Amino acid sequence: MNTSAKKKVSVATVWLDGCSGCHMSLLDIDERLLELAASIEIVYGPFVDTKVFPEQVDLTLVEGSVSSEDDLAKIKKVREHTRVLVAMGDCAVTGNVPSLRNPFGTDKILRHIYLPNAPTEIVPRLLPSVLPVHQVVPVDIYLPGCPPSADVLYTALVELLAGRTPDMKDVTRFGK
Amino acid sequence: MSVAERVKTLVIDGQNVSARESQTILEVAQEEGIFLPTLCRLEGLSEVGACRLCLVEVKGINKLLPACVTRVEEGMEVQTHSERLDRYRRTLLELLFAEGNHICSVCVANGHCELQTLAQRLGMDHVRVPYRSPRRKVDASHARFTFDANRCILCTRCVRVCDEIEGAHTWDIMGRGVESRVITDLNEPWGNAASCTSCGKCVQVCPTGALVEKGKAVAESVKHPDFLPYLKRTRGQQS
Repeated sequence: MNTSAKKKVSVATVWLDGCSGCHMSLLDIDERLLELAASIEIVYGPFVDTKVFPEQVDLTLVEGSVSSEDDLAKIKKVREHTRVLVAMGDCAVTGNVPSLRNPFGTDKILRHIYLPNAPTEIVPRLLPSVLPVHQVVPVDIYLPGCPPSADVLYTALVELLAGRTPDMKDVTRFGK
Repeated sequence: MSVAERVKTLVIDGQNVSARESQTILEVAQEEGIFLPTLCRLEGLSEVGACRLCLVEVKGINKLLPACVTRVEEGMEVQTHSERLDRYRRTLLELLFAEGNHICSVCVANGHCELQTLAQRLGMDHVRVPYRSPRRKVDASHARFTFDANRCILCTRCVRVCDEIEGAHTWDIMGRGVESRVITDLNEPWGNAASCTSCGKCVQVCPTGALVEKGKAVAESVKHPDFLPYLKRTRGQQS
């Protein structure tokens, strides 16, 4: 066993208001995940059991827009404890599909969907409008795409792990 | 072109170029293989200089000039790319994205949209200004086409092609500033617009998913504006 191995980079993934497609794309990295596993450790996210966001995380990938009070509290906490924050996918970068409700307003949408039975307890209250992550907390890296492909996420991770800023503009865009 | 044109010599991006005096900076730059982003311009239509993406720096002139409507002049020194121009162009795209409701992932023009393509090409990967998220209507009253105002960037290509090429002038602009929008006839539903010949030219020249053929799903709307220069040329020969 190699005892002189470098300390692994801690990586968290966060799922706000999105369809989980970006996380699926992340899994779609397939066997290259094993290669990544040699240098990273997933410390938080839908893929692992940890319930509390760790004190200090090197790299956090955020999927989804900020749509509820819960999302808002989560992302603020994530930012506070993360060194490099990546907006992963169109929902995090632009608001995307969740933001389709913005022109109509939250109340109207809730009434339209739930009639008089809109939930007011237990579930988090929706914000007046859906926001991209960078309009709530500072974002370091933007990876547009719906979802960004496995190749895009893999390449971006490799670049980030090498200490470089990934330039993904030739391989991904809004809607791709 | 029977009358001989004067030749003008100018410098674009440090390169000596010669041009006919009737040419614009944009035309000459394109002939030289220099890429300038454009959205409102389309070969075969009149120039309006509306989108401002082709703004260039001209030595000795304090303000930026739109290359599509600025004629070449003798001794002109033009800069088509600089840190400042790149920044302005990205900002212009951000403002376009923030002004309407451009959600690429659920757009029929996804993958075939000039706005989306330019955002990628110019490296605009997020919008720094708040989204306006305006409440805009979709007009699906026409039998064959749909107008989705959410995705309109007011380039006026539809207005110009309908007026200048089809000769119907069904489309026009109404309102001012941020309230501006394209309308059909006297602001009637498109399906009721008596002047519309249903030729579909407006759909083919629209750079985004604002004007589309009915029955197209996400990413299925491919536009074919290439008929325009051909039409323009053959008509020019007639007169």
